[in-house]
Amino acid sequence: MLEAVFRIRELPETCMTPAPTHKTDPFDPIFRYVAFSAATLLLVTLGGIVMSLVVGGWPALSKFGFGFFTSVDWNPVTDVYGAAGPIVGTIVSAFLALAMALPIAIGIAVFITQFAPRALAQPIAIAVELLAGIPSIVYGMWGLFVFAPWFAKHVQVPLMTTFDSNPEGFWAKMFYGIPNGANLFTASVILAIMILPYMAAVFRELFRSIPPQVREAAFGVGATPFEVVTSVIIPYVQKGMVGVIMLGLGRALGETMAVTFIIGNTHLFPKSLFDSSSTLASTIANEFNEATGMHTAALMSLGLVLFLITFSVLAIARWLLSSQRY
Amino acid sequence: MKKLLSVALAAVLMTALAACSPADKNKAAAPAADAAAISGAGATFPAPLYAKWAETYKAATGNALNYQAIGSGGGVKQIQAKTVDFGATDKPLTKDKLDEAGLYQFPTVIGGVVPIVNLPEVASGQLKLSGAVLADIYLGKIKKWNDPAITALNPGVKLPGLPITVVHRSDGSGTTFLFASYLAMKSPEWSSKVGASDSLQWPAGVGGAKNDGVAALVRQTVGAIGYVEYAYAMKTANVASVLVQAKDGGWPKPEAASFAAATEGADWKNAPGNYLLVLDQPGANAWPITGATFILVYKDQPNAEKASAVLKFFDYGFASGDANASELYYVPLPASVKAMVRQQWAETITSGGKPVYTAPAAQ
Repeated sequence: MLEAVFRIRELPETCMTPAPTHKTDPFDPIFRYVAFSAATLLLVTLGGIVMSLVVGGWPALSKFGFGFFTSVDWNPVTDVYGAAGPIVGTIVSAFLALAMALPIAIGIAVFITQFAPRALAQPIAIAVELLAGIPSIVYGMWGLFVFAPWFAKHVQVPLMTTFDSNPEGFWAKMFYGIPNGANLFTASVILAIMILPYMAAVFRELFRSIPPQVREAAFGVGATPFEVVTSVIIPYVQKGMVGVIMLGLGRALGETMAVTFIIGNTHLFPKSLFDSSSTLASTIANEFNEATGMHTAALMSLGLVLFLITFSVLAIARWLLSSQRY
Repeated sequence: MKKLLSVALAAVLMTALAACSPADKNKAAAPAADAAAISGAGATFPAPLYAKWAETYKAATGNALNYQAIGSGGGVKQIQAKTVDFGATDKPLTKDKLDEAGLYQFPTVIGGVVPIVNLPEVASGQLKLSGAVLADIYLGKIKKWNDPAITALNPGVKLPGLPITVVHRSDGSGTTFLFASYLAMKSPEWSSKVGASDSLQWPAGVGGAKNDGVAALVRQTVGAIGYVEYAYAMKTANVASVLVQAKDGGWPKPEAASFAAATEGADWKNAPGNYLLVLDQPGANAWPITGATFILVYKDQPNAEKASAVLKFFDYGFASGDANASELYYVPLPASVKAMVRQQWAETITSGGKPVYTAPAAQ
């Protein structure tokens, strides 16, 4: 989807309209057939994945019913499974990550497209793209070995001690946790770093799509750079921006390895920002290897839930993107 | 743009070509060794050792072994689906399960689970914990390091009033299964509330991925306690290993001799199907959280040659692989257990009604 956004922007106008003369070629039907099978293969694969998730997860879904989505009881010993903990962990971590990444991504894109001199814009754009190329396991290791201890020492512990005097207060409860930096919040920070480059890159393309006359006209009537960005540029691409946000969210929801390293991996509801949690993807990654019987079915159902959440996010993104005219 | 595209295309082609040639070579070379090439899959814990044995075995005999470390659960699934010649698991199958599938299991090598702590001024081997106290810590009932239950076991050790941070494995693991089984033996409350499996509903603490993750979280959290395989207790800097009370009341050190003592003391003769958890065994020097890792093979083999090749490989491992095992922080089986296993091979594994392995004469 991301690629699609790029492609459409890069193609010159002439490519978009078919050539006026139409000539029949014996190769044409074959070509059409090959293209058609490529497309159907994709659909069949997708359908197959959904089917196998439903079939694989069915024993758990039929046994626990709707309770599977509302219970936090995840006990492989007694073979009782409820996915509420990982579902909440997934959604909270993804939205926290989005909240952190969004302003920075917009800032990067605004700077590159509006203010940066050419000599600076290019290196920043390349750095952002490099960030996107780092494998997620590397983020996980960096998060666990470098970021978590630093965060615990310089942010978490000071915050916890500041609000220590009133243990029943809102902030004390919000910042309560095991002081080692492996928690919901640090996982969200790592996720934010991971979705940042994607969002920044697409925002940049969006801002570039604005005709220069629009911007120049705004400056011409005496608007300050801040006013140009907030009242002209951002409103101009508003709907597209919502689409980008959904893409970032979709990626944050499904990220696995980096989160597994650093989220603390408990299947309960997170009670504070610094509490351990788990996500759908991290639970599957953790337990699939050794799982048998009902445990496997429960993990398959988690996969199905994740698929449904991601699918709805992407569907909303599609809808928002299609309702905007470039 | 076009130029860039052609360069990229060329690069792709080159890599494809480069990738092809070694594969072709493998294919060409395969049939020669194929007669005895055996495949196995399962537990990750013994994987480095099986890889080492496979390497030296190949050098010695020219026969190859392909082992995939996909996890114990996967090992059981794969052997049941008959996609591999042997399965490997850290969690032994009960006699009923074995009989149901027509499988036989034997131990290959021993490992130990060692609790580690991160406490200022506490060195390795200083802190002593009994199984019951360990269970109460992991239940979240003992919350501070200067709790009377801990200080009573540790006169003379300076224990701070720090909160205890419990660290456990987040991934399904034979290590967790051994550790939890031991706690369940020692604490009725653990047994009824939590139980034992390769992943649990943990009443307290934070989960780290694999041994590395647990070791890292303990190292990074003052006041943390975790449990890891012996090798990681040895290799991780700035954490102290904890002494756990043996069944006879002594305080063995977590080391190869203690793991071997536990295995030697275990009652293999009365363990149907070799289903034996080497936990809490008698002997003053027996490390209480010891475990063997197991191999699963079919009793009735369709292909005598393959079956013989599998047993020959492990026979080689038993005969010449002890040094490799020790180097990698595993503990070889005691000679008595090896002899018993070889005897079982000769008696149990057949192909077309004929045994595929002859036990060496008793030494």
